[in-house]
Amino acid sequence: MLAALPRFSQQVNRVLTWVVVALFLIWIVGNILSAPEQFISVLLLGISLGAIYALVALGYTLVYGIIELINFAHGDVFMLGTMVTITVANGWLGLDGSQAWYVTTPLVLVTLLAAMAFCGGLNVAVERVAYRPLRNAPKLAPLITAIGMSFLLQNVGAAIWGFNERPLTATGDSIFPADTLFSIGGVPYRAKSLIVVLITIPVLLALVYLVRNTKPGKAMRAVAQDMDASRMMGIDVDRTIAFTFALGGALAGAAGLLFVMFQTSTRFDLGFQLGLYAFTAAVLGGIGNLTGAALGALLIGLIQAFNEGLSWHTPGSDWTESIIFAILILVLVFRPQGLLGEATADRA
Amino acid sequence: MMERLGLGDAWSRVPARVRRGLLPLVVFLLLIFYPSYYGDITSAIGSSSTEAQLVPTVPTMVIMTVYVIMALGLNVVVGYAGLLDLGYVAFYAAGAYVAGWFATQQFSPHNVHILSVGVPSSIQGFHFNVWLLLIVACLFAAVFGIIIGLPTLRLRGDYLAIVTLGFGEMVPQAVNNGDNWFGHNITNGPNGLTPIDALGFGALHNEVSFFPSAYYNVTNAVSYYYWTGIALVVFTLFCCIRIRDSRLGRAWIAIREDEIAAAAMGVPLMRTKTWAYAIGAFFGGGAGCFYAIYKSSTFPGDFSLNISITVLAMVILGGMGNVWGVCMGGAVLSYLNYQGLEAVGNNVNNLAGTSFNVPQYTYGIFGFIIVLMMLLRPEGLIPGRRRRVELELGVEGGSLYDASA
Repeated sequence: MLAALPRFSQQVNRVLTWVVVALFLIWIVGNILSAPEQFISVLLLGISLGAIYALVALGYTLVYGIIELINFAHGDVFMLGTMVTITVANGWLGLDGSQAWYVTTPLVLVTLLAAMAFCGGLNVAVERVAYRPLRNAPKLAPLITAIGMSFLLQNVGAAIWGFNERPLTATGDSIFPADTLFSIGGVPYRAKSLIVVLITIPVLLALVYLVRNTKPGKAMRAVAQDMDASRMMGIDVDRTIAFTFALGGALAGAAGLLFVMFQTSTRFDLGFQLGLYAFTAAVLGGIGNLTGAALGALLIGLIQAFNEGLSWHTPGSDWTESIIFAILILVLVFRPQGLLGEATADRA
Repeated sequence: MMERLGLGDAWSRVPARVRRGLLPLVVFLLLIFYPSYYGDITSAIGSSSTEAQLVPTVPTMVIMTVYVIMALGLNVVVGYAGLLDLGYVAFYAAGAYVAGWFATQQFSPHNVHILSVGVPSSIQGFHFNVWLLLIVACLFAAVFGIIIGLPTLRLRGDYLAIVTLGFGEMVPQAVNNGDNWFGHNITNGPNGLTPIDALGFGALHNEVSFFPSAYYNVTNAVSYYYWTGIALVVFTLFCCIRIRDSRLGRAWIAIREDEIAAAAMGVPLMRTKTWAYAIGAFFGGGAGCFYAIYKSSTFPGDFSLNISITVLAMVILGGMGNVWGVCMGGAVLSYLNYQGLEAVGNNVNNLAGTSFNVPQYTYGIFGFIIVLMMLLRPEGLIPGRRRRVELELGVEGGSLYDASA
């Protein structure tokens, strides 16, 4: 009796999908009509959020693609990235928004490299200490270890940077000038939004190139397909996995920098939840699929911004978490391969 | 060992059942009388010294019983059936809110009293008999578990984990926003539901004076809660052991070891897994209800992800699948969480002259324990014999938990 539940037929499934999409579109159009300016500003916010989520989601997707582990500690690596960014940019380099753009820009790039290197190295260390010894253990073992690692990293962050909200600068301002660059339909576009897009897109392109066209990328894809076979072909599997973790960590570091530049503050415990959102994005796009992760992240960012910023028939920020997890559950139950993933038998 | 004590043959002539039952019996008796000799222990150490803080107080013991029940319940899901559940706190919340709804003045224009004890009928709201509520809470949580389980249990290991985690995060948020569900105040939102009626035996007090008519009438109410908690733990233990050895329990272990083989042998996967969920949720709900009654309140803030992880850490620390190990894991970690870490920290600070705030890092320490256990002793402190063999040898032809079905 119990076994015969939600296996809906293809047709019912399709109809339901269209109903959901149609309702969503009606809701969007209703919001555009009721407050166009608000909609544009929320849209821009959503794109920035989506770009940050994309960088984190790619870390999940890379790691899951290669060793099938939900790396719960990834969100906390991201959080440490935000903290390192504050220390380097504000503490060491002294950026506080008073400098001119030609001073700020190169120093931000230096910070970006520092954050990426730090998070990449940290992620490799986590893999070496906590996951590699469990490579052949039952699958739940590394998953549970990852949860423990996540809590551990959170507390390390809190021990170093404190339990309170941590502003980017003493005044709480962004380190970029607050001037409007240009306006879209009366909505100002500021430098801190621009930098999110300016950093995310090249990083994404570089990643895609790396995975598709270089030798380490080829090794990654081979290990993801079949670990034993690639070992027989002479690929150093451990090194390739470490490289994947370094890559994922570096992306989380970049995301950490962008997050703190954009939101201008951080907290020791925000990594876990943001990590879960990013993981949802990766699942939504089809886990293991790079383009899918970016697309899913954009969607999640938009949904979050819409839900928190729009006003026409909107649940509001109290429900953001529930909505995103509901999306996660629905996707996993009805379309476990995600939007762009291929259907495989062993996914669900 | 007993030979060396000079008992020789006499001991081995005692039936095996009695021999095996002796240690649990002694522990049980020691626990029953704990409130009466707690004061003696602390005064022997010196009741105002920092060392005395290390001795668990009776209120801490009550909380320990709550967590032991939860750990035993989660053990059914994780330890027996091998399904990783990261949202166990949802069932705990369900149980607590059953107590909140049916033993407070939340729905105050209505005035329904059903066998309630110690509550004057002039007090408005739903007031059910609290013992009845414990059962209702268990059943409600079990039904809730089935509802959550039906769509999700088809997912394999790690996906199931993340979906349950999602539910575990959604439930507290839904409860937190529950002061306005389509205009109705169901859960009173972040302000929580309080006060909740106390336990009590009502008119039975006149027959047996040991049973208080309501717990707040006696000065040692905490001891009564503690004894109630012990009784619930014993009931849970009894159920867990009996179910483990039943047809259902053996089916769970078969699924844990190899899902495909179990299915091929005719074990109905979905039904068996759903039962695991329901029974795990059953005890989680009971623990939540009992804890809410003990605290006389329930708030959405009580149900964070940390609780799910803590209970999971208890199961892992003790030894997945072994009830005695899980009991010990639950008792040790909840003791550390509510009293031990602070006491140990105070003692260390006293000795070393530092001022390190240990309780702040509770969850970091738990995370460290989890990582260390998984790396060094994944079978837990007191593993089940069968479990250890599984972890050492693995299972023929693939990983343990997900047979990619």
